[in-house]
Amino acid sequence: MDNDRVDQITDNHKCECGHSGIVEGLSDRVDRIIDKHNCKASSLIQVLLEIQSENHWLPKEALDQVAERLQVPLTRIQQIATFYKAFSLVPKGRHGIHVCMGTACHVRGAQRVLDTVENLTGIKPGETDLDLKFSLETVNCLGCCALGPVVEIGGKTHGKMAPAKMADVLKNYE
Amino acid sequence: MSDIVLQIDGIEVTANEEMTVLEAAQKAGISIPTLCHHEKLEPYGACRLCLVELESRGRSRLVVSCLYPVEKGLVVKTRSEKVDRIRKMILELLLSHAPDAFDLQDLAREYGADKYRFAKEPSFCVHCGLCVRYCAEVKKKEAIGFVNRGTKREISFIPEIASRECWNCKECFPLCPTEALQAAYVLAKAIAFPATAE
Ligand code: SF4
Ligand code: FES
Ligand code: FES
Repeated sequence: MDNDRVDQITDNHKCECGHSGIVEGLSDRVDRIIDKHNCKASSLIQVLLEIQSENHWLPKEALDQVAERLQVPLTRIQQIATFYKAFSLVPKGRHGIHVCMGTACHVRGAQRVLDTVENLTGIKPGETDLDLKFSLETVNCLGCCALGPVVEIGGKTHGKMAPAKMADVLKNYE
Repeated sequence: MSDIVLQIDGIEVTANEEMTVLEAAQKAGISIPTLCHHEKLEPYGACRLCLVELESRGRSRLVVSCLYPVEKGLVVKTRSEKVDRIRKMILELLLSHAPDAFDLQDLAREYGADKYRFAKEPSFCVHCGLCVRYCAEVKKKEAIGFVNRGTKREISFIPEIASRECWNCKECFPLCPTEALQAAYVLAKAIAFPATAE
């Protein structure tokens, strides 16, 4: 992930002068994404995906803005945003941790890996920490069972994980 | 527009080519049970209660009549052992979600469906989509839509629109076969826009 963006998000997050900073920045970014897709209603899912990947979640203001500019009813946007797991309507951390609990990983000790991640991050599956650093999810098989236990962090796959290695891996994420 | 002749329950029925089997039957006064069908709305095919048996070239198959367009020489049976058995099952499944829905009670009696056959799972909404579609297609307000998927799928009001529009409309209320809609409205109103309306 590029560092400018991380800074931008962290700055926004730290900002305590009221939330106008966040809303301002967000609406500009949403506008840019919509313009890139020529404001076409048929690009709805693409637009939502890009907002999701830049912002890590879809705030209500962003959805309103998309509805307004693409001329798509909010009900439709809500339906799509709740249908696909790729979208989140609640804040998510900058790095998504996916711990594989599939059968192969399970028999190789995924549960202990998950316990360790929970302890290190202080969050349970489905949760996000207060600094918006990590979000934790469990998944059922990432498709590379030979590497089990597998943990995927921000799209990068970490194979042959052990509870003892987890702290070192997580240290690399800001 | 040419007329198409088909046979429904042994009766010759004339229909025009844009009609569905359900419409042709209704025109001829033959009743087929429906739940998600509404004449003002686009065909949807969610409940499958309207299924009928078709016979063509010596083979029979099941189709939902509210979606199936009429064809020349079609032989339709609106009731048969197979159709009745499946309808009974559909009713029993629907009843496990909405055990006290009036429309379903009557049909259950007719088809001998046992509302306690499956464990109760009262979500009340049976996902017929009448409310959602009526709001979008007839009223063009889109105040209500579906959210989530699978077993978690449910209806959800958009508070900003609902607080403006719903109180003076409520035309979808009587459409809901289970009253889940009214409950959802009251809940949404209480939580999301309590002071408005009235
Ligand atoms: S609330 Fe009622 S009308 Fe709306 S989808 Fe559910 S059952 Fe159908
Ligand atoms: S079970 Fe974990 S990758 Fe397949
Ligand atoms: S009336 Fe045909 S599927 Fe519901």
